[in-house]
Order: sequence, then C-alpha cells, then structure tokens
Amino acid sequence: MRILLVEDDRETAAYLVKALKEAGHVPDHAADGEEGAFLAGANSYDVMIVDRMLPKKDGLTLVAETRARGDDTPVLILSALGQVDDRVTGLRAGGDDYLAKPYAFAELLARIEVLARRRKPGEAETILRVGDLELDRLSHTVRRANTAIPLQPREFRLLEYLMKHAGQVVTRTMLLENVWDYHFDPQTNVIDVHISRLRSKVDKGFPETLVHTVRGAGYMIRDSHR
Amino acid sequence: MTAIGKVVRTTAFKLSAIYFVVFTVFAVVFVGWISRETDRILTQQVKDSIDAEIGVLADEGLSKGLTGIVAAIEQRSRIPGASLYVVADAEGRVVAGNVTEVPPALLRRSGLDPITIPYKRLEGENGYHYAMVQVLPLPNGLRMLVGRDVGEIERIRLVVAKAMMLGVGLLIGLALVSWFFVSRRVLKRIDAVSATSLQIMQGDLSGRLVVDGTGDEFDRLAASLNTMLDRIEHLLSGLKDVSDNIAHDLKTPLTRLRTRVEAALAGPDESGAYRAALEATIDDSDQLIRTFNALLMIARIEAGSPDGAMGPIDMARIVADVAEFYEPVAEEAEVFLALTLEDPLPMTGNRELVSQALGNLLDNAIKYVRSAEPGPAPARVSVDARREGAEIVVSVADNGPGIPPADRERVLQRFVRLEKSRSQPGSGLGLSLVDAVTKLHHGAISLGDAGPGLRVTLRFPTSI
Repeated sequence: MRILLVEDDRETAAYLVKALKEAGHVPDHAADGEEGAFLAGANSYDVMIVDRMLPKKDGLTLVAETRARGDDTPVLILSALGQVDDRVTGLRAGGDDYLAKPYAFAELLARIEVLARRRKPGEAETILRVGDLELDRLSHTVRRANTAIPLQPREFRLLEYLMKHAGQVVTRTMLLENVWDYHFDPQTNVIDVHISRLRSKVDKGFPETLVHTVRGAGYMIRDSHR
Repeated sequence: MTAIGKVVRTTAFKLSAIYFVVFTVFAVVFVGWISRETDRILTQQVKDSIDAEIGVLADEGLSKGLTGIVAAIEQRSRIPGASLYVVADAEGRVVAGNVTEVPPALLRRSGLDPITIPYKRLEGENGYHYAMVQVLPLPNGLRMLVGRDVGEIERIRLVVAKAMMLGVGLLIGLALVSWFFVSRRVLKRIDAVSATSLQIMQGDLSGRLVVDGTGDEFDRLAASLNTMLDRIEHLLSGLKDVSDNIAHDLKTPLTRLRTRVEAALAGPDESGAYRAALEATIDDSDQLIRTFNALLMIARIEAGSPDGAMGPIDMARIVADVAEFYEPVAEEAEVFLALTLEDPLPMTGNRELVSQALGNLLDNAIKYVRSAEPGPAPARVSVDARREGAEIVVSVADNGPGIPPADRERVLQRFVRLEKSRSQPGSGLGLSLVDAVTKLHHGAISLGDAGPGLRVTLRFPTSI
C-alpha cells in the first residue's frame, strides 16, 4: 500500500522507509509539515504516518487540515509525548491511532496495516469466519466445526478483535487498548496469559491451530489453508 | 540602608504618617471653627451690652441733659465690673469715668461701630487692658466713651488655643506611639518572613515561618506560606530522590547494555552472536524505556497534572475489571484470587490511573505470594472494595511473606526494593505509582499486616 511518512528526523525516516519497503509497501517521505501537506494533497495514500512535532507545520495542524479538506485517509500520529492526555489531543485533531516514541517497528507496521484495512467495507459483518471458526457478533456465540465454544465476555471480545483483523498481526498493546481499553503497561505478560487461555478453548482438540504467535510482534489469527 | 531609612520605608510608617496628617488637619479645622464661632458670639454680646449702656445713658441725657449723663457715669463708674465709662473734653482730658488714660486720637473718632483699644484703668498702671469701646459726641465739645473690657474674651481665646495645641500634641503623641507599636510588630514579623526566605534561598528548605496562633492576617499568611513551602520541599526532595535513583537504577542497566554491545563487538565476527547480543540489547532498552515511562508518569501525577481529566467513576466496576484482567495470571501462578465487592461505588477519579494502580497492587501480590516458600495454606490474594462512611476502601491482601513494619513506609519511595525481592523482575516503581495515584485522588495508602502477608489499603473520599 501507499504510505506517506512525515518525519523530520533523517535517520529514523531513512530506517522507516527501508523497513516499510521491505514489508512490501510503497512509502513517500516528507521531512517537514509543509512538504507533508503538499504530498498529502497531491497524491492518494492508504495511510499516513505523521510525527507530532515537525518543522514549518506541526503534525496536529497537518492532520486537522487534511481532515478539513475532506480527506479521510487513516492517520497514525507518532509522538514523543506518550501520556494519555496527549493521546486524546492527537485523536481529537483527527488522528486515527497514536503511537508513543520509542516504538518497535513491528508495532508500527501492525498498526498501519490495521488502519488501512479499517477503511475497507466488511466492518459491519455480523458473522466473522476464520477457517471452521465462526463468531456471531449479534448472538455472541462462537462455534468451531459446529461445536459451540462457551466464552467469557472478555474472551469473546478478544477473539472478536483477532478475527476482525484476521490475517493481520495484532500486537499486545493493540489488544490491551482495544479489548480492555487500558493504555498502561501491565508489567507482567498478562496478554499472553489471556491468549493462551483463549487458545485452550478455541484451538485445543482441533487438528489445526488458528491463533498464531508472531515472534517479536504479537498474535495473528489465520486459516493456513488459504 | 540606614535604620531611619528602613523605618521611613515601612508601610506602618507611611500609614501612620497619613493618618497623622489627616487627623491633624481635621482637628485644626474643627477647633478653629469652634474658636471663631465662640469669638463671634462673645463679640456680639459685648457689642449688644455696649449698645444697651448707650441706650440707657442716652435716655438719661434726654431727660436730664448733660449733667444727667455725667452724673449717671459717675454713679456707674463706682460699680466694679467690666464696663468702661469716660467723659472727656476736646483736649482728651478725662472729666469723668473709671478710666485714667485714653488715647486722645480715639476720642476724636466718631464711628458708630465699636472698636477694640488698649487702655489704662488705674493711675500708675504699667500694662494696658483691652476693651471694646464706642465714642459718642456730647454737647460742648465733650466726648463720651462707653465700652467693655474684653480680657475675658482674650482668656477664652487663649484657652481655645491651648486646647488646640494640646489636642494636636496629643494626636502627634498617639500617632507616634501607635506607629511605634504597630510598626515594631509588623516589622518584626515581616523581618521574620524575610529571614526565613533568605534561609530558604540559601538552600535550607526546612525553615518555616512562626505561626503564633493569633489567627490574624500575618498568621494566615505564615500558614499558607508554610503550606507552600511544604509542597515545594516535598517536590524538591522528590526531584532529588528521583535524580539520585535515576543515577543509580538507570545507569546500571545502561552500563550492562553498553558492556554487552562492547563484548559482542570485541568477540568473534559471527552473525549468531551479534543477533543474540542485539536481541538482548532490545530487551534491555525496552526495560529502560518502561522504567523511564513509569518515572515520568509518577512525576506528572505528583506534580498534579493527571493524564486525562477526573470524572465520575465506579470503583466497583474498576476493581472487577482489573481483577478479571489479572485472574488468568493468578490462575497460572496457582494463586487463588478472591474478590469481594460492594456494588456500586461511585466516586470522582481517573479510570486509567486507578486501574493501573490496582493492576500494580495485584501484580505485586501475585508475584510475591508465588515467590514465597510454599506454606501450609494455599497461596491466596484477596481484593476487597467497600464503602466505609464517606470513604471508599479498596484493599489487596496476600498470604505471602509480607513486609516488616519497619520497611513499610520505605517501599512507597521510588526504586526502593527490599533485598529479598531483588530477584523478582520489576523496577521498584510500582508502589510509588500507587502512592502517587492515591494522593492525586486525595486518598490515603496504608501498608499493614494481613496475618500472614501484606495488606495494602487505599482509602478514597467519595467526593473531592
């Protein structure tokens, strides 16, 4: 996908451009806010990565202007300010997601891929399917190979989030934010424990594993036959 | 600065001076008005009595002629009193009357209005008396003078002037005395404030202003300044602790990180070794970032700038959610997690911060109860949230080894980790964050004995 990266730190930008290319994307780089605004207006992107503090025009202004133009390209805001109120400001300016520096590249990549997918239709699907696993969002039931799997409400939301982003990497932080609505660091590997409990219900006793661990990044639910 | 200059510059002096001037002007105007009025009335009385005398004498003259007037004057002159009578010839020689000497020029005057003149009443007198007189012509070139001594008026004037001087003098005295006491008191207290500030500026933050319990404005000022100083001292000592601890607890992993990279570079040139070193470096830097974030967060909370606003929250709901979040962790560690809730528990607060604080408590409890020597009782962590009067009380208790009473206050400080817990992962910031969050919510934290084990109790007021 086409990505606009607006980042003023030369070294970070060079590294991100290289890594995004390696991940199969097509990144354009702008080194300041004005160049970013120009590129955003001239081209169509699948996702924009905007640093919050930029020379010439700051990131939040750039995002707000893009939104004012009627452009709803998903935007990930990068910031050295990681506190919750900064996050709220960022999202209020029109950002779709917020990532505090320093971050792992895997986290950034997982987030922009989820962001880009968010635009596509299918969001309102009532039944999510991965392989023989089926989740009904209306009746709150989960079945695998026609066997009902009883889940706790939170386990249901965890599985729902994974299945909504089937085939995509979902990081622990993303799960923490989207399933539990917590933005702090729980210290212990709480998410891993929750996933392993979910696995024991969803995958245990079935020949094929659906919930996969992506090393150094997070988790992914996918049907390996497809 | 000279001593006098210092005194003159004080507010007390300026105020006293202003009051003094205002009162003096007021007193002078008031007393002056009274004396003028008194003077006017007395003079009018004298004029009236002179007019009456003249009227009587004129009646005598009309009925008995000149001799009648002279006889009446002779008779009246013998009565002691303040009245003056003179009949003189054209050369000013006194023919009859009770005055020995009159300025001749006066007798030639023929005014209708009385005037005030000096005169001598008795033969051989040294000084003069003053009288108000009126001169009238008589037949045969004779002149008649009728008057009244005004010595009484003069005495009254003198009394008034004395009273005025005494009054102003008293005012000056009073102003000086009150200024002396007021300024001495004010100066003393302000000097105390200055001295304490100076002491603080020189780096001794323990100095405090004296509150003498009178409850006056100086006391209130001193009390609020002291509160401010307490806060500043607390913040500064927090800052000092943080910098000390950063120096220690961040430098250690940084050194480790650097050493590892250095060792990898010095070692064999093979990608496997490099990869292992780099992966370990990322882990180390992640841990550093985590510690750094926790520090920043505590600092921000303690500085009173919370992330996100405070709003209505339900403590029961938060406790239930956090317990549910950590429940699988407890289960995996074979720790029984018991939850007792009074539902609902509404209060004002920040969901995110309270959740994080509770998460830290649960994480700690599960970690330490698990690390303990297996006791006779199964490992257990109990979370309890209830209302007690106007407070919401949340407690997290474990049946692990607990914390000796002597160490309980200390573990709330940043980076403090008891020796036996050094083997456990953690930054030593968890309880500091809980402490900071509790204080932000105007609550209180206490560490107690769960018999056996540690019980951490948080008390929050329901309304701030």
